[in-house]
Amino acid sequence: MTRLEEKLLDILQEDCRIPLEKIAVMTGVTLSEVAETIDGLEKQHVILRYAPTINWDRTEKERVEAMIEVRVTPQRDMGFDAVARRIYRFDEVKSVYLMSGSYDLLVLVEAPTLKNLAFFVSQKLSTLEMVTGTATSFVLKRYKEDGVIFEDEKQDHRLVVSP
Amino acid sequence: MNYQNYLNPHVSSVPPSGIRRFFDLASTMKDTISLGVGEPDFVTPYHIRDAAVNSILDGGTQYTANRGLPELREEIAFYLSTRFHTVYNPDTEIVVTVGASEAIDTTLRAMISPGDEVLIPDPSYVSYCPSVRFALGVPVPVVTQEKDGFRLMPDAVEAAITSKTKFLILPYPNNPTGGIMQRDDLMKLSEIIKAHDLMVISDEIYAELTYGDLQHVSIASLPGMWERTMTINGLSKSFAMTGWRVGYVCGPAPIISEINKIHQYAILCSPRMGQVAALEALREGREKDYEDVRKMRESYDRRRRLLVDGFRQMGLQCFEPMGAFYVFPCIRSTGMDSETFCQQLLIREHVACVPGTAFGESGEGFIRCSYATAIDKLSLALDAFTRFLT
Repeated sequence: MTRLEEKLLDILQEDCRIPLEKIAVMTGVTLSEVAETIDGLEKQHVILRYAPTINWDRTEKERVEAMIEVRVTPQRDMGFDAVARRIYRFDEVKSVYLMSGSYDLLVLVEAPTLKNLAFFVSQKLSTLEMVTGTATSFVLKRYKEDGVIFEDEKQDHRLVVSP
Repeated sequence: MNYQNYLNPHVSSVPPSGIRRFFDLASTMKDTISLGVGEPDFVTPYHIRDAAVNSILDGGTQYTANRGLPELREEIAFYLSTRFHTVYNPDTEIVVTVGASEAIDTTLRAMISPGDEVLIPDPSYVSYCPSVRFALGVPVPVVTQEKDGFRLMPDAVEAAITSKTKFLILPYPNNPTGGIMQRDDLMKLSEIIKAHDLMVISDEIYAELTYGDLQHVSIASLPGMWERTMTINGLSKSFAMTGWRVGYVCGPAPIISEINKIHQYAILCSPRMGQVAALEALREGREKDYEDVRKMRESYDRRRRLLVDGFRQMGLQCFEPMGAFYVFPCIRSTGMDSETFCQQLLIREHVACVPGTAFGESGEGFIRCSYATAIDKLSLALDAFTRFLT
């Protein structure tokens, strides 16, 4: 990764709505260089999408999230990847990680209601032939995600004018 | 009672800081966007705060050695030698102070004899002239100019030297101009300093904040200058630790021991909590190659470019500052003086800046804008400037 790429990722991760003209000024390179570099990062699948971090708890939307520890039997020749693929294709599944430790896959699931979520785990996930066991924990409250703290703690304690 | 009889005329004759008036005015206004703040907008990194809290919970509430915690002085010595190539003995050549401010005051008091002339670049940080006067010295401003990048030029220094000149205060990277002095500039200056047998008080509080791959150079690292330099620094700006009040002064032992004498009688020691926090900052910095500092510097750099570009776009002449976190645009083209400009900007657009004159007479025609402010606020401030100027 070049230094410019690193700088651009830094800026975009913070705020991906900053106009490219402004990014060019901030990094001291030309507009076309910024555009080309970001284009390159998108093509290499380094940047996958530009999405906001949303605090759903502040909305009216009903939503249940769970983290499911899944133990599986790895597939011949394909290892865990084939199993993971079978799982992550479900729309309910938000994230899947291969883990070290007492279970194999960590699956983050989201559904509109508890009933939907229970149905997904019992009828879709547990019934996959390579899944040997699951342990489901519900998310009660989100405090911080992707480096963003959800509580309002941004207060400027500084004097308005100081030497 | 006539209290005037009971007041020290050397103190009464010093006017209060010019920044104070703006502070009072700005404080009465709501929704002010402030570019007038002389401190980082970052909160001290969490691991540093955590270390200080733990030390308090563990009962670390006592005085420390006058000169500061020995392990902190060792970290300071290591930090200065690796970052700025200046070597100090932690036992005899370093005193930890209550911010760089105390270091400035105590150093001047320990060194100045009544009537000694002290050269001070103008414009500069607000406390040098008053502190020199409190120490019964005579401050002699040396004008620095935009066309020279606000560097201290050798001929200007030479012209200001008299038989009474003994000291030069060297505050670079500079508040308010953002000017820096590079190695060549310092080399030329050091010849004059040696030729006239002066000593330098080098305030390097912004040393970590230089941009565009330019590294800060400590004058004490130049040949023959270590013995002529008192180096003042601290963690306020580099590690976003202003409120902790931890600074230090380093230099030859015979002077440091006199500074420590004042420090021990007047202050006793810098607060232990701040020292513990500083120790954590420097120790972790050493282990992680000063990652916290680098991240903050990169963030300042982006905002610096944004603000300089913004001012130039609206037709203001704006020198590109390569250090600290201030932009010092020239507002002469508006026909207003610095005070009027800042006052009107505050009243009409609710944007606070500091008039250049708060930092010395040659600050007239300029305003100091701090970019230690969130990018969205900087953008709003630039919009406000544009409205104000049209």
